[in-house]
Amino acid sequence: MNATHYLYAAYAMTWAIHGTYLYILARKAKRLRREIEKLK
Amino acid sequence: MKRGFTILAVLTAILLSFAFYAALLIAPTEQTMGNVQRIFYYHVPSAWVAFELFLINFVASVIYLIRRSAKADMIALVCAEVGVVFCTVVLITGPIWARPVWGIWWTWDLRLTLTLVLWLIYVSYLVLRRFSMSSQTPLLAAVLAVFGALDVPMVYFSIWFFRTQHPSPVIGGGGSLDPRMGRVLLYNWIAFMALAWLICWTRYRLEVAERAVHEAEAMQSLKEEEAR
Repeated sequence: MNATHYLYAAYAMTWAIHGTYLYILARKAKRLRREIEKLK
Repeated sequence: MKRGFTILAVLTAILLSFAFYAALLIAPTEQTMGNVQRIFYYHVPSAWVAFELFLINFVASVIYLIRRSAKADMIALVCAEVGVVFCTVVLITGPIWARPVWGIWWTWDLRLTLTLVLWLIYVSYLVLRRFSMSSQTPLLAAVLAVFGALDVPMVYFSIWFFRTQHPSPVIGGGGSLDPRMGRVLLYNWIAFMALAWLICWTRYRLEVAERAVHEAEAMQSLKEEEAR
């Protein structure tokens, strides 16, 4: 494996981790919106 | 509030794009490691941001223990969660850098082991917050956070006081960092701090909303119980 591939892998993993966390937050926000609607 | 959030989001996107460009194209190529050294521009700022968040978690936990402030409890929770995300980035990018440079993915070196322990402490903190239903949970979590924070200076100073395989400190460690590399590191640190601030803001608002919803649900079920 070319050393540059490790650089791409590290950057890609960083954004994958942040992206996954933001996706979890977005799902949580969606669930909360549903619960608020139900309460209304 | 919404306008401030949008401004911060746009600013963060600009900062991250510029920091990415600087890491790949402005920073000079390191002579021994080559391009793989550029992982350093994501690895080091992520570690610094994680330390800052764990420090805020520590301060907020102490405030919670003194005043029993719900706001301090929420700030502690949010900072621990986002700190774990940044610490995960550190633990993933580190071995990716180590493989071509050291020839191994991982070694039980003091700095690496203490960082893994730090991650495990805050993951335990989040597991406690997530699964314990007791009213004492915030108190127990605050105590755990206060003791957990002791690991932060241990991780930071482990490469100052002990001979480890991990490279020497970037700032004040006696090493010579090219000024251009230092500037790019600073850009990435600012960009990741802005990202952390943005995520913490979002997560804090979600936590406030979630607690309000749970309170409203509890009130509603109480009313229904009374009506029966």
